[in-house]
Amino acid sequence: MRVFFVGGLLSYRALFNWINPWVLIPSFLIAPLFQILLFAYIGRAAHLESDKFYVIGNALQYAAIPCLFAMGNTIVNEKRQQTLGAVLATPARRIPLFVGRALPVMANGMLVAAFAFVAGGALLGISVPLGAVAPLALVIVLTAFSCTGLGLITAAVGLRVVDTAVFGNILFGLLLIFCGVNVPLDQLPGWMSTTAQALPLTHGIEAARRLADGASVSRVGGLLAAEAAIGTAYIVLGYTLLRVVEFESRRLATLDRA
Amino acid sequence: MKILRVLALGWAMHFKMLSRSAFDGVLGVVWPLFFATTAFFMFRAGAPSSTLLYASLGASVMGIWSATSVAASSALQRERWSGTLELLVGVPTHFALVLMPITIAMSTIGIYSMAATLLWGRFLFGIDLHIVHPVLFVLAIPATIASIGMLGFLLSVSVVRYRTAWALGNAMEYPVWLVCGFLVPLSLLPGFVRPISWALAPTWGIRAIRESALGGSPLPDLGVCCALGLGYGTLGVLLVETVLRSARRTATLSLT
Repeated sequence: MRVFFVGGLLSYRALFNWINPWVLIPSFLIAPLFQILLFAYIGRAAHLESDKFYVIGNALQYAAIPCLFAMGNTIVNEKRQQTLGAVLATPARRIPLFVGRALPVMANGMLVAAFAFVAGGALLGISVPLGAVAPLALVIVLTAFSCTGLGLITAAVGLRVVDTAVFGNILFGLLLIFCGVNVPLDQLPGWMSTTAQALPLTHGIEAARRLADGASVSRVGGLLAAEAAIGTAYIVLGYTLLRVVEFESRRLATLDRA
Repeated sequence: MKILRVLALGWAMHFKMLSRSAFDGVLGVVWPLFFATTAFFMFRAGAPSSTLLYASLGASVMGIWSATSVAASSALQRERWSGTLELLVGVPTHFALVLMPITIAMSTIGIYSMAATLLWGRFLFGIDLHIVHPVLFVLAIPATIASIGMLGFLLSVSVVRYRTAWALGNAMEYPVWLVCGFLVPLSLLPGFVRPISWALAPTWGIRAIRESALGGSPLPDLGVCCALGLGYGTLGVLLVETVLRSARRTATLSLT
């Protein structure tokens, strides 16, 4: 439990070098608002959807930024500071070691999405039913959870490559296009909307839009369950990949070489 | 002649270096494509097909700004990390002449993204590029790149004391895309945004590119774009003097 909670928090504070107001404010507070404004205005120019559609989609999608980059940083920066070998040499169990690092990242993703949702909504003057606030908070938790699963995969890639920034940005861009963030899924080609069903965010965003339109939690239960299941699958996949890459790094002595 | 040589060699060397960087080269092309693709889908789903070319031209210039904003804002920090900043400041050539080609090389990298976006739009979304004034179109592109490079130069000097300037450059990516009317007509934006748009060279650059491609009179826009670029350059040179004097006086040049 100590490795999971204390180790995770220490690792986040020590290795995620974005927790500095000079990075945090522009990256987590300003950028998501302008992404919302950008797509809301493109939506107005294209006469496609309402502002609410873009606020929900982009606010939730922005949870992916801390989830992808913070998870990557907790591994890559460990390597950069030449402490990764020591960490992996410890007898600590790997599940609390790796998954514990994901918990603060998930909390970060939730806060970013919640801020973007509230501030973006206030800027564009959208409102949601009072009864939808708690279920929307649950959606934010679930989407941050599933994005953190994808972040674990970024972390595994970080064991083999020098910098995860390019990979993280590419994943973020793919989520932007595929997950119905700004384009309704029925307007995307069939193969893209089918792929979207297996990605984090897609079901969460859909659930949030329905809740904001007044649907009850029971009506979106299936979507919430799907988002949770996808998140769990990505966590398992990310953790497995981390173990495989760790094993391969030991076998091939590539841990410090990359 | 010596000045031109410094500018040309500096530009060529940094252009080659940036072209080989995964972050600046590959991501510089791919990143704007994600946004361009989203915008193409949005315009295709909701707007008349004629607006797709409007969007395609705007999206193609987005990459030039993307290639410049993050890279230029952290240009001096990068030299600091490489341990070359003191050497560059110490050479007899004016530091502005050293920094200017670096930021112009950064914006020039955006040409890859511009070409990729136009080809992406052509082959995946069937957006035909009919250029009404081809000569002016060819003139408008380097003028826009150079003026965006000069804006990057001013930005890099302005944020020299900001240790994590890359984050500021990153946060400026979307606002400039929006305010300069790359994908959204300026008439849709609130009135108070217009003066900001007019003060930004990319606004006039994209207007010149659109007018030359779609038909119109791009020369006035081209003129304003170049004049603003020169203005940024002059302001940047003046700022370089002040910043370097301050850094020398307080011995903070190499501090990170």
